[in-house]
Parts: sequence; structure tokens; C-alpha cells
Amino acid sequence: MQTSATTDTMRPPYPAESGAGVYSNKLGMWVFLASDVMFFTALIGSYVILRFGMTEPWAKPGAVLNVPLTGINTFLLICSSVSMVKAYAAIADGKKYFLRKVAGQTLQDGGLKFWLLITIICGAGFVGVQVFEYIKLVGHGFTPTGYREGSVLAEHALADPVKYGAGVAGMYGSTFFTMTGFHGFHVTCGVVSMLYLYFTKVLPEKYSPQDYRGIEVIGLYWHFVDLVWIILFTIVYLI
Amino acid sequence: MTTPQPATTHVRPNYMLIWLYLFVMTIAEVLLAFELPVSQNIKLILLLFLAVWKALLVALYFMHLKFERWRLRLIFIVPLPLAAILITVVIMEKVF
Repeated sequence: MQTSATTDTMRPPYPAESGAGVYSNKLGMWVFLASDVMFFTALIGSYVILRFGMTEPWAKPGAVLNVPLTGINTFLLICSSVSMVKAYAAIADGKKYFLRKVAGQTLQDGGLKFWLLITIICGAGFVGVQVFEYIKLVGHGFTPTGYREGSVLAEHALADPVKYGAGVAGMYGSTFFTMTGFHGFHVTCGVVSMLYLYFTKVLPEKYSPQDYRGIEVIGLYWHFVDLVWIILFTIVYLI
Repeated sequence: MTTPQPATTHVRPNYMLIWLYLFVMTIAEVLLAFELPVSQNIKLILLLFLAVWKALLVALYFMHLKFERWRLRLIFIVPLPLAAILITVVIMEKVF
């Protein structure tokens, strides 16, 4: 992996718990993330078992779900992860500002306020696109109980039961909405938490290179949400 | 009980390069799923490989696991074999 020459202090200089060697807030977040790994494993594991245990075929990728739109949404979440880590790097370097001019350059240098705002916008955008996707899917007749009678998708499924997985539509709908719904809930919680931090800590400039624990902890959560989506996007939308 | 934490320095990863990797791999996944004329099994393996690779990039470089102590890494690694056991046991129940 190519690296830049910049060095940084990875951990805020704050008293660490003697066991894990990190401060308690960060340790708490890691323990929570470990439990969340098990939570999503239960959901993904159930999906895999239900899908591959069925004798009838599942709907083909792209037949029901809008993959290009979700691909753009995935890109949005990846961008938000990068902006989050840039926010972390900015405050580690003491850049509390929004944007600052750099001599001899057209692009301005972004600080914590800028990068965290970008993260919040991308995260809110992801939730917005997901809500739009849900509205469209339900409108076309794809619900958590399968294809609604008399809907466009129900007619398509009658005409081509293999492509639309007509026999297991109920299972498909319930697993899809459960997995993506819980993930969307995680993203929403992340956006709300970041908004709270933005107005109570970031704008009043309460973080410093000596203590930016809140940014690091919410960053860990946010990257984990991105990581889970990377797996969900592949197994739900592409396979 | 808390102890003073030693200041640690390391070379910061090029985050924009990792973003580029993730972007390119996401496009590759979509193309692989819909455009590449390969068998379903090969497609499945390649897609899962790309997803795990992307997830590892996020965990190692964005979550900084690469630069953390092993004691902390273990917190994240320990649930993974448990997850594998969970899925294996349920699959075995389905099969037998």
C-alpha cells in the first residue's frame, strides 16, 4: 500500500485502559462493534441458509432490485467513509477550520468542520436514496411478504417465475427488508450522532489534537457501517 | 485503572488511494455480476473475494486496525470464528 510521508499520533494522548491499551470510550466502541459483528452474522447467516437451502430459485440479480442506483449509493457510503477518516486526520493535525486557502493552489485545504459535514451529507444521502428505493420497490409490489397481488412485479413473476423467484418471493422480501432495514437504521443512528457531535463539539471547536476521542469513536462506528454494507451489497444485490 | 498512554507515530496511509481502490473494486463487482460471461460458481467466488478484500481495506486502513495493538485486534477477530461456527452449525442442521 502506497503511503504518504505524513506522520501522526494515532491515539489521542489520553489515559488508556491498561488491558487493551486504549482509552475506555474506544474500547467500549470496539466491544460494541464485536457484538454487532455477531448481530449482522446472524442476519447474513440466516439469509445464506434460507437462500441456498431452498429448492426453488431465488430472483435473479437485478430482476427486482435497482442495482445501478444501489451501486451509486454504495459509492456514496464509501465516499463518506473517506471523508470521515479525513476528518479524523484533520483534527489529529489540529485543523479545526472549515476550509483554508493554500498558497499557490486552487483547491482549499479542508479541516474537521468541512470533512465531517461532507460525511453527514453523504450519510444522509445514503439514507435518502434507501428510502426512495423502498418507496419504489413497495410501489412496484415488492413487500416484506413477497409480491403484492395485482402489482407489476406479481404479473412479471407469473410470466417468468424463474427470473423473479416467484416460489420464494415471501422469503426474499422478508430477508431483504430485514437486512437492509437494520443496516439503514445503523446509518441513521450514525448520521444523528454525527449531527449531535457537529453542533455540540465540532462547531464550538471543543476538539483539539490533544483530545479528539469523539471523532475517533464515531469514526470507528461509521467505518463499520460501511464495511457491513460492502458485504450486504455483494450478497443481496449482486449474487 | 488507567495508565498513561505512550504517544505512537506511524506513516499515515494514503486514504485517497484506498478510496480509489474501493471505487474501482465496486465497479469491477457490478461488471462481474452482470457483464462477465463466466460460470455462476466462479462469479460467486470472485464476488465474495472482492467483498472481503474491500472490507479488509476498510478495517485495516480506515479503522486503523493495521496500526492497533494485537490485544485490540483480538476483540474484532474473536467474533469471526464464532460467526463461522454459527453458520456451519445451522447449515449442518439443514443438511442432516
